[in-house]
Amino acid sequence: MTTFDFFQVVLYLAVLLVLVKPVGSYMALAFSDTPNGVTRFGGGVERVLYRLAGVDAEQQMGWRKYALAMLLFNMAGMLAVYALSRLQQWLPLNPQHFDALAPDLAVNTAISFITNTNWQAYGGENTMSYLTQMAGLAVQNFLSAATGIAVLVAVVRGFTRHSADSVGNFWVDMTRSTLYVLMPFSFVIALLLASQGVVQNFKAYVDVPLMQNTTAVETVKDAAGNTVKDAAGKDVTKESVVTTQTLPMGPAASQIAIKHLGTNGGGFFNTNSAHPYENPTPFSNFIEMLAIFLIPGGLCYTFGSMVGDRRQGWAILATMLLIFVPLAFGAIAAEQAGNPALHGLAVDQHASAMQAGGNMEGKETRFGIAATGLFATITTAASCGAVNGMHDSFTPLGGLVPMWLMQLGEVIFGGVGSGLYGMLAFAVVAVFIAGLMVGRTPEYLGKKIEAHEMKMASLAVLVPCALVVICTAIAVMTPAGVAAVANPGAHGFSEILYAVSSASNNNGSAFAGLSANTPFWNVLLSVCMYFSRFLLAIAMLAMAGSLAAKRHVPPSAGTLPTHTPLFVTLLACVVIVVGALTFLPALALGPIAEFLMSVR
Amino acid sequence: MGRLLRSAIVLLLLMTVITGVLYPLAVTGVAQVLFPSKANGSLIVKDGKPVGSALIGQSFTDPKYFWSRPSATTPQPNNGLNSSGSNLGPTNPALTDAVKQRIDALHAADPSNTAPVPVDLVTASGSGLDPEISLAAAAYQVPRVARVRGMSQAQVQALVDAATTGRQFGILGEPRVNVLKLNMALDGH
Repeated sequence: MTTFDFFQVVLYLAVLLVLVKPVGSYMALAFSDTPNGVTRFGGGVERVLYRLAGVDAEQQMGWRKYALAMLLFNMAGMLAVYALSRLQQWLPLNPQHFDALAPDLAVNTAISFITNTNWQAYGGENTMSYLTQMAGLAVQNFLSAATGIAVLVAVVRGFTRHSADSVGNFWVDMTRSTLYVLMPFSFVIALLLASQGVVQNFKAYVDVPLMQNTTAVETVKDAAGNTVKDAAGKDVTKESVVTTQTLPMGPAASQIAIKHLGTNGGGFFNTNSAHPYENPTPFSNFIEMLAIFLIPGGLCYTFGSMVGDRRQGWAILATMLLIFVPLAFGAIAAEQAGNPALHGLAVDQHASAMQAGGNMEGKETRFGIAATGLFATITTAASCGAVNGMHDSFTPLGGLVPMWLMQLGEVIFGGVGSGLYGMLAFAVVAVFIAGLMVGRTPEYLGKKIEAHEMKMASLAVLVPCALVVICTAIAVMTPAGVAAVANPGAHGFSEILYAVSSASNNNGSAFAGLSANTPFWNVLLSVCMYFSRFLLAIAMLAMAGSLAAKRHVPPSAGTLPTHTPLFVTLLACVVIVVGALTFLPALALGPIAEFLMSVR
Repeated sequence: MGRLLRSAIVLLLLMTVITGVLYPLAVTGVAQVLFPSKANGSLIVKDGKPVGSALIGQSFTDPKYFWSRPSATTPQPNNGLNSSGSNLGPTNPALTDAVKQRIDALHAADPSNTAPVPVDLVTASGSGLDPEISLAAAAYQVPRVARVRGMSQAQVQALVDAATTGRQFGILGEPRVNVLKLNMALDGH
């Protein structure tokens, strides 16, 4: 690892940590039950929205009603995205005249965006109209993120309220997340990105002449759409001269801002943040990385602030960093070491003042190794799933890091809101384990953790794990599942494991060689995304409902303090042990096998 | 249930107007005023017509030009309508074969150059549209371009330097050379 690699990571962490407190305390105000400057500022707009929607903002909801409102709202969003993408050929703002999406792809895309996964089985610049992108996909970028934050706020209220039968009002929490947090932050980020060269317009694509003509090689297809083979069994191809390049355009900056801030990750263009129009400079890359952790990091502080003990929030944040930092350096080191397969060739993979060196396949020159490895770690620690390099071409160990971070359940920062409520499930498990050791009823934040809470926390921890393991097994046993694989051997298995891990943890990044736009994959991954997202959220709301009904227990001599380095270590161990025990066998068949073969 | 459903649908519509229409329009309005060139694709304009984008790379195979990063887009390289990487895994023999072919092509264009090839010049970029190459990849090509064009290496190097961008703020990213700008400068020389 070079000095510049190291300092880019340090600078990132420093800026992030400086922003945690201001962002976190601002969000604490936005979600406060008592009126304050922030809620008074937007109160007028809020009241108009509530009146039009027939919402009584004062009405408190029990956890069941809260969950029902969340489900109905997301269901409506899913239908809206489905309708837009199926009807886009007849709707405005479609300058490239893109056709309707196939039903299976439309369902997959709709579920993908409402679940904050943003798995993409399509390429944006050749599939989606501007209207579908901004009024369908970008809207769900906001609303799925707002849903995550709302559920988190409700879960935290489970700890702060006592002898109560309510956890808040979903409409109010969702509206405030959008209006006070996501919109203003996105606006600033979008302009910063546009200042670097991210496109933001409604123009048709621009044709430019090429300086040197290129040759297009296409396979010949017969009337039935099958590729024509020659006598030797090879595909017949035809060549044609290309004299122009078409530059894609569109309202990208506004969508990319929320794609990162809301840990959504769905790219405007096919190659996501590797595309120069989506991520043109190292500074835009830094902003995009910062935007991913900004809210998940800040919410830790908000959480501490809401439960009245900021140390609780810092302890959670410390746990996340404890796992994140070594993995970030590990991924960068693995990529910087280069690809052993090229060692025998006349290729220079060494880092120097003149080049980044390392494994540059699938990476962009402006980002090199450090800014790509760090991005990959951030985007998979959080459930963002944007990529600025092709994870499929990472070295075996470099690709293992993002895959395992997703499998840890997206709780190392994780999705906005969902990452922290996932981590709180792990915290409940951790205090329970500690309670077993000393033989006392476990408590967390002044609430007794009993059978119901443990059931819900276990559900939240195990649902994604079970989906990954079971659905990977289904995929590798099905011809339609295996047919999508692009690379041979262990790496092909990694492609499948990565895809299912990504969908089942609502990340959305891919080992993109996998041809996932088939009915089998579209349906399988839709199931993973939907059940992981909503089963987990409902389990955590159920826990919140039961916690809110309990009395507050003052800490006693036998209470395990949950803000100490001891607890941070315990919590990190629980997260790692669950992730390692569940997935080590599968990882051994994929990236670990590939690593051992590559260093033979 | 009925009332919740009504609230869900109405709030979704209102939020679609706010985040799906007003927000992108506001960003477009401000961006078009503050950064018109950047927001419209960083186009390079010559005689009033766009002749390329400073951010989107083109493919070069002629020895008189600096070559860009290999591009895995289909059906032609650097296809702006279909950005993509190769997605070849590190142990895939197809990757090693592709790298060998690229090394051979560089050697064929300049048999006198026996230095090891900088890795970014023989590996496909992530987007397939990478506008830039490393300083090493530019330096590797300077002797060839100078010889074919009958220029001195110092003259070519000066043009390389003019197309070079350092680390942003001295720390972020990597130093790099914009290939399209460099080749335009060479043709205009």
